[in-house]
Amino acid sequence: MLYGKDSRGLPGPRRGPLSGSVGLDEGFVCELRRKIAPSHRVRPYTGDEMAAAVEFRNVSFATPQGRLLLDDISFAVEEGTTTVLLGRSGSGKTTLLRTVNRMVQPTGGEVLVHGKSAGDGDLIALRRGIGYVIQETGLFPHFTLERDVAVVLEAQGRPRRERIRRSHELLAAVGLDPATFAKRYPHQLSGGQRQRAGLARALAAEPRVLLMDEPFGALDPLTRAEMQDMLRDLLARFRKTVLLVTHDLDEALYLSDRIALVSEGRLAAYLAPGEFLEPTQPAIAAYVRAFHRGERNSARAVDLRGRSGAGPSGDCEAAR
Amino acid sequence: MTTGFLSRYGGEIAELTVEHLWLTGAAMLFATGIAVPVGIWLTRSPRWAKPVIGAANVLQTIPSLAFFGFLLPLPWLGERAARVAIVALTAYALLPILRNTYAGIRGIDPAVLFVARALGLTSTQRLFKVELPLAASFILAGLRTATVTCVGIATIAAAVGAGGLGELIFRGVASVDNGLILAGAIPAAALALILDAALGLLELRFRIPVADTEP
Repeated sequence: MLYGKDSRGLPGPRRGPLSGSVGLDEGFVCELRRKIAPSHRVRPYTGDEMAAAVEFRNVSFATPQGRLLLDDISFAVEEGTTTVLLGRSGSGKTTLLRTVNRMVQPTGGEVLVHGKSAGDGDLIALRRGIGYVIQETGLFPHFTLERDVAVVLEAQGRPRRERIRRSHELLAAVGLDPATFAKRYPHQLSGGQRQRAGLARALAAEPRVLLMDEPFGALDPLTRAEMQDMLRDLLARFRKTVLLVTHDLDEALYLSDRIALVSEGRLAAYLAPGEFLEPTQPAIAAYVRAFHRGERNSARAVDLRGRSGAGPSGDCEAAR
Repeated sequence: MTTGFLSRYGGEIAELTVEHLWLTGAAMLFATGIAVPVGIWLTRSPRWAKPVIGAANVLQTIPSLAFFGFLLPLPWLGERAARVAIVALTAYALLPILRNTYAGIRGIDPAVLFVARALGLTSTQRLFKVELPLAASFILAGLRTATVTCVGIATIAAAVGAGGLGELIFRGVASVDNGLILAGAIPAAALALILDAALGLLELRFRIPVADTEP
């Protein structure tokens, strides 16, 4: 089952001479392929643009100094799927993410959220309707978790009892026992616990769209893997359209239904993870190669993710 | 001798202490009412920060006795010495409160403010739920500095007849009576210390625990 071609066009491990033309290390590509998790979605990606939850239409952004950070980016994200915005630091992926809740106003083109332009209309309502998680520091240092998680509900003026109920519910959903954690402050938590709370907060107002900006970037590899699993479980329970920014190819392959590779402000590729490892485009090959180099340098002795979808690693040895 | 002194001056000392507190308290109220909103406005228009804080700084450098003197001939103000005293004390209290309000809000972690905006808090909600609470200990520290300064300066207000503990001091100086000077100086010093400690406790209550420490 795991090696059969699944609904996301995941190819088998030995399909042809892997990307030989672009000169990728086949063994490494095979290792990567094992990180693509079996699809957890009820519905596979159909490419149906009518169901687009978020659509970028020729989005450009230039700084007031004239530096072009986003250059004519167009693609549509289907409702209920997870799209990873992948790219190096400074590629523009975070800027692109921020156009969705208008934390960045595009200087050209427009972003549609559920068919409505993010560029006009009620800014506050738009932002409250979109969950947002950033790396590490996003919690309010003077709020208890109980209050922090429900802060959007508080801003909406919902009654206190409802807020408390909802925030306890969500704390439990992200694995933080309300009895222990409801009255804690962020400084009393570990990094992983803070990220869990941040995620709970993003879900509080029941947004249909969730933006995550390197949500697990500051965590150690073990906690990171744990958080990725938790996110997948959560997304299986609550159907959300997720846009997640990362530079970690492993993470992208593990979490995404689609990968949008952003390079120097342009959309270099927009593919399902299985297709991503069949690099017909030099930009993808370059990224995979650069990532490979980085991986080797970081000298990870153990594969901390024993949960990848494929069988024994002997298959990859054969590919070498 | 001490008991005799106290029975003679005790009532007056108490009365003047209350007067002293009243002058200082009124000035702090006005100064807070002016400096906190202006400080908040400066965080919104930082290009005004330098000139405005500079102006408050200049006010601070005017010798207090001269300041009282300048205000005395003014039409409505000059009618009552207490008015003169309160206006002058207010002016002295502006700088520490203004500076700390501005610095306190500007010093908030930008990521926290960014998230507050991204989550869809209105600017009023951001001010009252995030910025002011996070800057509160800073603002209180400014208030504390201002209070201690004003308790001291208020003793000089007696020179223009505004009352307060300075009256005993001036009388003591005029009559070369050290006992009388101390009768004004000791309660004034004690007042400053007590208010300092009380506001210090309040400030501590609002202090935000530092994040990023492993529990």
